[in-house]
Amino acid sequence: MAIRLLVNVIRFIVTYVVATVLVFLVMRAIPGDPAQVALGVNATPELLEATRREFGTDRPLIVQYFDWVAGLPIGDFGTSYVTRQDISPLVADRVQVSLILVVLAMIVALLIAIPFGTFAAVRHRNPSGILISGLSQVGVALPNFLAGILLVVVFAVGLGWLPANGWTPPGEDPGDFIRRVILPVVALASVQGAILTRYVRSAVLEVMSEDYLRTARAKGLGRMEALARHGLRNAAIPVLTVTSVQLAALIIGAVVIERVFVIPGLGSMLLDAVGNRDLLTVQSVVMVLVSITLIINLVVDVLYTVLDPRIRKKA
Amino acid sequence: MTDHSQPERVTQPASGLVPEAPPLEVTPATAGRRRGKPSVTLMIGGALVAVVVLSALVSFFWTPYDPVQAFPADRLQNSSPGHLMGTDRYGRDVFSGILYGARITLLVGLIAVGIALLIGTPLGILAGMRGGFTEEVSMRAADILLAFPALLVAIMFGAVFGASTTTAMVAIGIGTIPGFARVARSGTLQVMSTEYVLAARAASQNAFRIAVRHVLPNIAGIVVVQCSVSFAIAVLAEAALSFLGLGTPPPTPSWGRMLQESQQFLDTYPMLAVWPGVAIAIAVLGFNLLGDGLRDRFDPKLNGER
Repeated sequence: MAIRLLVNVIRFIVTYVVATVLVFLVMRAIPGDPAQVALGVNATPELLEATRREFGTDRPLIVQYFDWVAGLPIGDFGTSYVTRQDISPLVADRVQVSLILVVLAMIVALLIAIPFGTFAAVRHRNPSGILISGLSQVGVALPNFLAGILLVVVFAVGLGWLPANGWTPPGEDPGDFIRRVILPVVALASVQGAILTRYVRSAVLEVMSEDYLRTARAKGLGRMEALARHGLRNAAIPVLTVTSVQLAALIIGAVVIERVFVIPGLGSMLLDAVGNRDLLTVQSVVMVLVSITLIINLVVDVLYTVLDPRIRKKA
Repeated sequence: MTDHSQPERVTQPASGLVPEAPPLEVTPATAGRRRGKPSVTLMIGGALVAVVVLSALVSFFWTPYDPVQAFPADRLQNSSPGHLMGTDRYGRDVFSGILYGARITLLVGLIAVGIALLIGTPLGILAGMRGGFTEEVSMRAADILLAFPALLVAIMFGAVFGASTTTAMVAIGIGTIPGFARVARSGTLQVMSTEYVLAARAASQNAFRIAVRHVLPNIAGIVVVQCSVSFAIAVLAEAALSFLGLGTPPPTPSWGRMLQESQQFLDTYPMLAVWPGVAIAIAVLGFNLLGDGLRDRFDPKLNGER
């Protein structure tokens, strides 16, 4: 098992390093000189030279790369070429907002998906099960920003129950935080819940056709009892995998939702940076998003290795 | 943007916990099913996709109004016989925009899926056939790309190369490569263990010949399914990008941007958001259902599951 864990960690490191190279190279593919962009066309050659030194863009690419990468593990992303501000504290601020949004949305999505998916599997030949399958299929087809807009139309504009956008940190005013967080979380969670419902359904369906479940039934357990005692635990493994993959997807999904609801998260920061052509900030935020995804994958791989005896034995 | 890849693979996680599925060759049983009546899923999916394709085709010959031309006098009208879906804030006919938008949606989907198909499938076949180091390297490459979802690649490309339809197509294409690589690899692994491939190898046929004569025809079905599913992902990603202002630039109509522009009028003209929203949902639902329906036909191991 130790070897297998080591392989997981080495794979993570290799993947991470390649990802940093990719992000760095793509962001350097832009034509033009960051110093020139920052100063405008009328800058004197001396000033340009000084600014290049300030940004560090006068050094060879490889030096710039290592300078940037060395800062990543300690959360030092450098200074923005455009705003001339330190990027790191801003990222730290924004990442909290995005994570709150994503984690809440995933919890709500699972609360939707597990009961509905199980129900749809158990009743897969009944109209009620088919209806849930159909609804989940429609939910999957909705972009989350459309769900967000429709929620605003109904609950903010139409009924006036909740604010249409904005953000209050939970520490500042918990009541207002909850009122403002409901619509974006539901927008993310409804689409995510539909996706997960389909996975839960197919995982439970798979389990229902297993021999051990038939044995449990033959020993006199009812369908629901057999499923609860023997089936759901086994269905949980594939659902766990998918949840982790979807968690990573949700982080990217939040980028768009933050735009709809004017939420100051990582996504808004990324899009603002894109708008300002603030390349170092784009590069840093992209790397943070990619890192989160890779870390989630690593955690899942490790959990698998530790939890599943079949994989444990292989090592 | 969420990953809308389909659930069926959950039964075979990357860890290889599940025993090898039966090979995808055409047995008499599956051949019979292929000839059978198309499933409801396949028919609904096909019909929805047909609606989108027809809209795009019709827009080449006819739209009620010029979708780009502004008519300030007609701005923000509700649905009427003259403007089936009303008009937007510049007085442009929404129905014409929706028809034209189908063209952009399909164009982006076609090119993006084409890129992913042409790069991901050979990569997956290579990994499945060669095994060992080649497999490890190509699958690691696919894993790295997995950490870059289509939308993120597109945002990066948008920052570097500027927003355009081409940037969006290429970025979404790159983001959907891993799906093809994985599907092609797992299909290839199954085909490689069949007796006819063993026979071909025993007869010392070269690898390229085996890939073209035996592997490709046998994994074609699941690759077609992947095309349909990836098309749905591409449609969603394109809509999200246009919504964020990183896709097709104005004035060319695109569904995502129509949605974005509708946001200021949600309190007075909510239908402006509904029409492009419905269009996106129809396209995504269509390609997802089409993919599911095709999977039922091509993938014998799911027989009777749905």
